[in-house]
Amino acid sequence: MKILRAFISMDSRRKKVVITTKLMLAASALVCALLFVIILILFSGSLPLLKQESIINILFSSFWNPGKGGFGLYPIIIGTVYVTGIAMLFSVPVSILSSIYIAEYAEGRVRNIIKSFVDVLAGVPSVVYGMCAIIVLVPLVRDYMAPFLGATSTGFCILTAGMILAIMVFPIIISICVDVFRAVPNELREVSYAIGATKWETIKHVVFRAAFPGVSSAVLLGFGRAFGETMAVCMVVGNIPRLSSSVFEPGTTLAAFIATNFGEMMSVPFYYSAMMLMALILILVVLIFNIIAKIIIRKSYGGGGR
Amino acid sequence: MNFRTIEENIFKILMFISLIAVMGSLIGIMAVVLIKGGAALSIGMVTTPPESGYYLGGEGGILNAIVGSVYLASGATVLAFFISIAIAIYLQREFTSSKAAGIIRTSLDMLWGIPSIVYGVFCFIVMMYLGIGTCLLAGIIALTMIEIPIMTRGMDEAIKMVPPELKESTYVLGSNRIETAIKVVLRQGLPGITSAVLLAFGRGIGDAASILFTAGFSDHIPASLFDSAAALPTMIFFLSALPSPEVRDRAYAAAFILLSIVLLISLASRLLTNKFSRYIIK
Repeated sequence: MKILRAFISMDSRRKKVVITTKLMLAASALVCALLFVIILILFSGSLPLLKQESIINILFSSFWNPGKGGFGLYPIIIGTVYVTGIAMLFSVPVSILSSIYIAEYAEGRVRNIIKSFVDVLAGVPSVVYGMCAIIVLVPLVRDYMAPFLGATSTGFCILTAGMILAIMVFPIIISICVDVFRAVPNELREVSYAIGATKWETIKHVVFRAAFPGVSSAVLLGFGRAFGETMAVCMVVGNIPRLSSSVFEPGTTLAAFIATNFGEMMSVPFYYSAMMLMALILILVVLIFNIIAKIIIRKSYGGGGR
Repeated sequence: MNFRTIEENIFKILMFISLIAVMGSLIGIMAVVLIKGGAALSIGMVTTPPESGYYLGGEGGILNAIVGSVYLASGATVLAFFISIAIAIYLQREFTSSKAAGIIRTSLDMLWGIPSIVYGVFCFIVMMYLGIGTCLLAGIIALTMIEIPIMTRGMDEAIKMVPPELKESTYVLGSNRIETAIKVVLRQGLPGITSAVLLAFGRGIGDAASILFTAGFSDHIPASLFDSAAALPTMIFFLSALPSPEVRDRAYAAAFILLSIVLLISLASRLLTNKFSRYIIK
């Protein structure tokens, strides 16, 4: 009552400040709560299955047959690890090498052009990448790469998914890495040149070492993006929840599996719960990687950061 | 030549090859979509919704997806704009402690990293709980959640750049926090805010995973917020999974339209940023 009376006695300018501040506080609180609400709802959704079977059983059994009560997520998790692993294997060295070139060797104007091109590509929708993978990479894998290595493949396989994912991760890692390399103070380079180091030695021993925390957090962010990427992977991976013996066989990832199967078979008991559990695993893994990236940044560059 | 220069040259070559590989694959993607899609594009595609048997090679176009995408992305951008601008203003020193601002910024970064499929699943659960089916409104809300972190962080960076002297001089003249924020800070940060909004719009119009279960799919142009709606990304997803090459051509054309929209927005963002920068007090 007292607060209300105090509020009414304010003049109109003061009232505006109070009301808008409260509204802004509400918006901010909503956003902070959203993350917890999402995790909580996914967790409560996956509880029925977790009560039925132990988490160890679910994670390490490869028997996936919801109709018969088999909810082994092992093949799906391994598929995710394969696809993400292949993507990172391709994209991390290539992105880091090319960002060193862009940041250290390229001239100012060329650097700006390449950088804005890469930034534009970071915004290209993932279905577009997926469609290009169907047009170009699928025939490439089917007709050239698989026969070359003595395997047969339809082209819709783990390798294709890994390759398109690698291309999608390039812009993310390069964009951050170039900024990180450019942020290394010039004095450090000059000191290194002064004691007789070549340009490459300076990059290897001084610039890269100074930029290492930033580079590793860029890699972790790229990993998080690759791990949760859905549409492009879903379009080329084949979507079969089975343990694959080679990269030329179809497989599936957590995100792709949710995208293709969610909404179907809701009548089968615990099916829905298993989907929630997959989404929960997805969000927790991505969060852990992002938190590690954030901690690295904070530790090495002090507060603020990205 | 001694070992040091040989090592440098080897790595220079490696770096150059990597750069060629990166630029080659990225330019290749653009080229594939623009060439293949441009060839498959026709006027009928963008002016009519699909007719019966469209997915088997029948007559029609993808107007339903174009309109659906525009509805979804603009609706989400408008909703996200009001929430984001409130948070971005609130993050200033006048409104909140640096500790609270740090917590809000961290949550936004974490939300940014969440895969969009998770937002889709989350919205679907809420929809099931409320007992509503796939509809335009649900799609808009899912996209709003994706756009908020992108937009807010962009606006936050823009507002951080506003010189404190400018704010102080308005306080000296007797303005209060809100008046300064709205009349001075937002105007000064306009270029950055515009590019944040356009960036978020571009992200929203391209996202498929979140609207797959929330907006659903329909052959008709949505008439109300509670109709299912098709969108360009979901249309491309469904069309490119179909076997006949004739139908796949339509996926290429749809991808051409989507990519053009995204590229135009990114271009517009650069141009508008330059244009608005003229009104800034340095």
